[in-house]
Amino acid sequence: MNIILNNKHLKLPFKSFNVLHTKIFTKLLQNSVCAILPITIIFIWHFLSVNEIVRSNLLPPPSEVVNEILILTNDGELFSHILITLNRVFNGFILGGILASVLGVITGISPTLRNLFDPTIQALKAVPSLAWVPLFILWFGIFENSKVALISVGVFFPIYLNLMMGIRQIDKKIIEVAHINNLNHFQTIRWVLIPGIIPEWITGLRSGLALGWMFVIAAELMGASEGLGYLMIDGQMTGRPALIIGALILFAIVGKLTDQLIYFLSKPFLKWKSSLNNMQEEENNA
Amino acid sequence: MLNIKNVCKIYKNKDYSQNVLKDINLCIEDQEIISLVGQSGCGKSTLLRIIAGLEKASSGYVELNKNIINKPSSNIGMVFQDARLMPWLNVYDNIKLSILNDDKETQRYKINETLKKVGLEDIGNLWPKQLSGGMAQRVAIARALVQQPQVLLLDEPFSALDSFTKSNLQDHVRHLWSSLKITIVMVTHDINEATAISDRVLILNKVLDNKITKNHIVKINKPRSTFPKNEYNELINNIIFNKNSNQFNALI
Ligand SMILES: Nc1ncnc2c1ncn2[C@@H]1O[C@H](COP(=O)(O)OP(=O)(O)OP(=O)(O)O)[C@@H](O)[C@H]1O
Ligand SMILES: [Mg+2]
Repeated sequence: MNIILNNKHLKLPFKSFNVLHTKIFTKLLQNSVCAILPITIIFIWHFLSVNEIVRSNLLPPPSEVVNEILILTNDGELFSHILITLNRVFNGFILGGILASVLGVITGISPTLRNLFDPTIQALKAVPSLAWVPLFILWFGIFENSKVALISVGVFFPIYLNLMMGIRQIDKKIIEVAHINNLNHFQTIRWVLIPGIIPEWITGLRSGLALGWMFVIAAELMGASEGLGYLMIDGQMTGRPALIIGALILFAIVGKLTDQLIYFLSKPFLKWKSSLNNMQEEENNA
Repeated sequence: MLNIKNVCKIYKNKDYSQNVLKDINLCIEDQEIISLVGQSGCGKSTLLRIIAGLEKASSGYVELNKNIINKPSSNIGMVFQDARLMPWLNVYDNIKLSILNDDKETQRYKINETLKKVGLEDIGNLWPKQLSGGMAQRVAIARALVQQPQVLLLDEPFSALDSFTKSNLQDHVRHLWSSLKITIVMVTHDINEATAISDRVLILNKVLDNKITKNHIVKINKPRSTFPKNEYNELINNIIFNKNSNQFNALI
């Protein structure tokens, strides 16, 4: 802000150009702040392993990790591993997400159905996730289906809980406004209930997805012949720490990207929630 | 004409029952502007909500033009203490809520007209959180008026606002009333506000033993603008301090 003002006073003829320029620059600067920490970590990591402060068979230098990843990219193998893992997460996310959304909505709306379903669901939530593995393998075999089932279990709970609580917490006063304006059931759902719970639902989706990524690793570590988790096991078996670290970093990147995807898709629905300042900024930029 | 006939309201629970309104009889003429005052908890909001059709009377009934009210209708608009705008809808869509069944063109026309009436233009695109308290309350009034109701109910509409905004909006309500030719019933616990806006002030009385035993309805005629100041003060003193006496016709 100050910079902009200063420019105004110093170089009047180029005012608008400079203001625009400064704004873009400031924005870039703000957005690149997030890169500082990873870059620093990479430098320290590089320093530690190159100087043999940590043994390189435990912590190979970044260059070696990059190399390992590049080798895998050469024959397209890496890409297919990523796709397979993504596909598992996606399927589990859709399955768990749909189930959770339906159950979340009906238990949120109806106290009777809540009494019917919620205690059981809460009890199942207390089961440690890995405890499902033997059962799912027994039921669905050792291939894709059991993995997808396990992931959907992880995805299910945050979405279910957020949605149910979101619906229960809708302000009675707001419902009363719908009532006094003679909205019918469909209109109430369209104008009040759905927009009112979208924020909670999206929060649920994002934490559900995060859990989906946790569970996909669990699923792949337990036995898979493809996928990012498999790469890690492979790295462990064949004594290639660079591969383990590489897969780990890829997990972080792909996981973050999928989260960003939800974030961007949901942005138009959350416009009204963003803070006052942000909105003014957006208007100025437009 | 709004006719309130023998309305009682008892809130009952397993372990308690509370007599909130007892035998209310009241006639409100078309195009009247009246205030309902009384201590906190004496049942003002309850009465207003019964008139609006939001709540059922335990016995008795309310009728508008000889039709008994048993659910909300577009004939009656209501504004609450808090504006109660949907935060996820912009101002335009918030107002649109009460005329969803009209076609788009009609909606646009009515909404723009109503926004003008309440003194707000070009803010259709703002989100509720971008509005000041006074603006939000104007939007809430617009939402109640856009359906062109015959009766406008206001439940302490300005009690959360600062005194400048408040008196500004009071003038505005009075102005709307005279230009729109509607019936206005306003609940308030501010006697100044009541006497400033309305032609009749009704007092709902809660006797001190925490039960509602009787409701006195006090009629005070206007115009107050011609009231000498000491008379005005006397009137207010009477309203405040003679809770149990029946009527203040002396001042008419
Ligand atoms: N839904 C309800 N269930 C039980 N009791 C209620 C309910 N709504 C209101 N009451 C009781 O009815 C009484 C009157 O409430 P009401 O809101 O009408 O008072 P009021 O005159 O509007 O008060 P205030 O000036 O504080 O708004 C209160 O004692 C309140 O506790
Ligand atoms: Mg009240």
